[in-house]
Amino acid sequence: MTTTLPQAPPDDVGPPPPSPGPARRLLALARNTWRGLTSMRTALILLFLLAVAALPGAVLPQRTPSPNAVDDYLTANPTLGPVLDDLGFFDVFATPWFAAIYLLLFVSLIGCLVPRSFEHLRGLRVEPVAVPRNLARLPHHAEGTADDDPDAVVERARRRLRGWRVAVRSEPGGVRTLSAEKGSLREVGNLVFHLSLVALLGGIAVGELFGYEGQVIVMADGSEFCNSGIYAYDSFRPGMRVDGTGLDPFCVTVDGFRATFRPDGQPDSFDAAVRYQDAEAVQRGDGAWQPHGLAVNDPLRVDGERVYLLGHGYAPRFTVTFPDGQQRTGLVQWRPVDQATLLSEGATKIDPPGVTDESQRRRSQLAITGLFAPTSSGGGLVTSVFPALNNPEVAVDVMRGDLGLDSGRAQSIFSIDRGMVDQGRLVRVARENMRPGEQITLDDGTRVRFDDVQNWVSLQVSHDPAQTAVLLAAIALLGGLTLSLTVRRRRFWVRAAPGEPSTTDRRTVVSLGGLARTDRAGYGEEFARLAADLAPPRDEGPPAPSRPARDDDGEDDDGR
Amino acid sequence: MVVDAELGQFGDLLFGSALAVYVLAMILHAVEHGLLRRAEPAAEARAPVAVGGGADDVTVAPTGPAPRTRAERFGRMGVSLTVLGFGLHAAMLVVRGFAAQRAPWGNMYEFTAAICLVAVAAWLVVLRRHPDLRRLGVFVLLPVIVLMFLAGTVLYTQTAPVVPALRSYWLVIHVSAAVISSGILLLAGVASCLYLLRAAHDADPARLAWTSRLPGADVLDRVAYRATALAFPIWTFAVIAGAIWAEAAWGRYWGWDPKETTAFIAWVVFACYLHARSTAGWRGRRAAVINVVGFAVMVFNLFFVNLVVTGLHSYAGVG
Ligand code: HEM
Repeated sequence: MTTTLPQAPPDDVGPPPPSPGPARRLLALARNTWRGLTSMRTALILLFLLAVAALPGAVLPQRTPSPNAVDDYLTANPTLGPVLDDLGFFDVFATPWFAAIYLLLFVSLIGCLVPRSFEHLRGLRVEPVAVPRNLARLPHHAEGTADDDPDAVVERARRRLRGWRVAVRSEPGGVRTLSAEKGSLREVGNLVFHLSLVALLGGIAVGELFGYEGQVIVMADGSEFCNSGIYAYDSFRPGMRVDGTGLDPFCVTVDGFRATFRPDGQPDSFDAAVRYQDAEAVQRGDGAWQPHGLAVNDPLRVDGERVYLLGHGYAPRFTVTFPDGQQRTGLVQWRPVDQATLLSEGATKIDPPGVTDESQRRRSQLAITGLFAPTSSGGGLVTSVFPALNNPEVAVDVMRGDLGLDSGRAQSIFSIDRGMVDQGRLVRVARENMRPGEQITLDDGTRVRFDDVQNWVSLQVSHDPAQTAVLLAAIALLGGLTLSLTVRRRRFWVRAAPGEPSTTDRRTVVSLGGLARTDRAGYGEEFARLAADLAPPRDEGPPAPSRPARDDDGEDDDGR
Repeated sequence: MVVDAELGQFGDLLFGSALAVYVLAMILHAVEHGLLRRAEPAAEARAPVAVGGGADDVTVAPTGPAPRTRAERFGRMGVSLTVLGFGLHAAMLVVRGFAAQRAPWGNMYEFTAAICLVAVAAWLVVLRRHPDLRRLGVFVLLPVIVLMFLAGTVLYTQTAPVVPALRSYWLVIHVSAAVISSGILLLAGVASCLYLLRAAHDADPARLAWTSRLPGADVLDRVAYRATALAFPIWTFAVIAGAIWAEAAWGRYWGWDPKETTAFIAWVVFACYLHARSTAGWRGRRAAVINVVGFAVMVFNLFFVNLVVTGLHSYAGVG
């Protein structure tokens, strides 16, 4: 049945020139490479390569979402791990080879799409193809008679085929024909789909260049966070074109946090009560704060940034009363070591007040380290049995000496410098389990009291200027795809011939033919309906298609 | 959130009954299939004689009910049981949903059960339109039964509400789209597998003789294509809805979490399949292989990524 369709002319018909010069050969090579790259087959292979290349990203841990898992993997596989690491298998989506595949794919896509769009535009202006000579050979075919003349039949068909592209022609002997086509939206959908893919990739790229992501821990006691610069964050991941200046300086104050848990310890809800000022309000300085309830699945959107509630934890508050009566309070977040029970560890570090002598100060710094259980099991060994603050207890080691804060080395806020302990410059002076309100007295008369517990929340600030564009591209992509996969391209032909003068039956003979150009279902029924309307059967019996009504036409013949 | 444990147990009972009924239906279809083997050559041999001969042919024909109609009877019973199983299966998900007071696909047990429900529904729709495909029943029910068995044993979890991150109406949208497309793709995968077997037999009739009882390769190919072409936009929508939800829940619309990565791979593989279908030299066998690979990636996504790899999506609630 392909013979009934216009054939694209072969690209090069003539014989090649006898002996091309080097320049021409280079040109030919370039042209052939381009043709090869933009062929459907290459697209297919590149697409498949893309899937294969992404595979390590699914089976191996990746640095971007889970750096700790990568480290674990490297320790567990000391021989294979580093080799995979060198090849970029733990950062698949940032490797040159992955980029090479998708860039080639998109070059191929654009090279394929541009000519196709033009071709399609031209195709929209070409009239539907002429009626094939023998309609009976088409997959859908019906024949009938009409009492009016061929012109009237064709006119009726034209009215019936509203929404189709039609062309009416005449054949010798007073025969009138009508060609109709429908479903060019399929091609439009296909183009929209592929173009949206390009737009989507562009949007992702813009986001990578100009977006950023920062994380910060804020005490839920009215503490404030301002997006004034990278230094305000605990960790910051800038896009390639972001240097940390010119951030929108909005501010957020965390007034409180509440977590509820189910009896089995599974979290039920997290809510943080925050207030915020957008950059403009901060600059005006009129102190107008907007309240907002920050919850999982419900970020705060301000100034094109989004603020997320990522996690939470506890910060035990300690007050140290020195022998001279001076007091210092330490409130630092401790980090959960067990997400199920929120057993936490940490180190609250305290500098003695009013000590001017450096060496004496280095001998009297304090650190309260240990474990915190929000719901203590109550034994001598403190463990947590539930994540809520039902029965808080800490198990602390109080260390005194040189914390090494001045050594210039970066120090974790969750632990003390073990090196100082090993050198004997930091010694344990007490070990005790404490509940809120309890205190211990050290050998020199210093008292350490466990006051209470504060909640902290970890916030993430994300910025992606192209996010909305990406969403729009995705919606267009989906629309185009749906069109391209559901619209059927189909053709319908009518030939109305005056009855033979020699026979008694002078009625017009109407022959109909139909062809679906894609292998989607359903043309059979539509054709039967058209046939029933346009060509009532010549004899008794339904105007069924002459072939068994398979509702498809086998091949999609417009692939290339 | 209150969980009604008793209602949840009733749901488990329905699940077990649905599974049992499916097994029965599969056995009936298997019998149908077995009868077809004996029926077909005999029917072919007899046909010309019966047409051309006279009354004495009657003695040649075997006595008792003709094997063909017996096959048909078993097949029809199989279909009836499949419908019954489907009803129980659907009731199970509804009950689970009421018991937990949320959409009934918050963990892998429910998710897998829902996928199987869609696969059976898709199969019943196909059957309605093309009753002559009934003989595929055993091959469609087999993977459904295996998946449901795994869901009921390995993946089983009690009715429970989901963690806060999963409590969003995007869960309903994203996961229902994923469930619907996966169920239809299950059918597509089965059709492509059978296509490959049947095509191998067509190329060399000595091999895989039993596949001669399957529908023709072109029919299988078309079933696979239509199912994939229907499921692919739904899958695309599922991925997009997932990205929208991830933006609200995790702070980025895409982060190459293992589950996201595998969803992407599956999407690309099915795009490959659709391309292959319209690339000269890639239709037929190669396209079918790609479709089977796509199906394998979906299964991998369901089991391996949820159970072995830990990512943000590890809501499986297993173990
Ligand atoms: C970025 C990678 C690509 C993806 C994800 C993709 C995806 C798809 C999908 C899902 C379809 C099915 C829609 C339909 O059947 O109408 C399709 C069709 C098509 N694609 Fe692509 N494609 C990509 C790249 C390309 C490239 C590079 C070319 C050009 C060589 C191309 C040319 C075509 C053509 C001509 C069709 C229509 C086939 C038909 O009419 O059945 N695609 N593509």
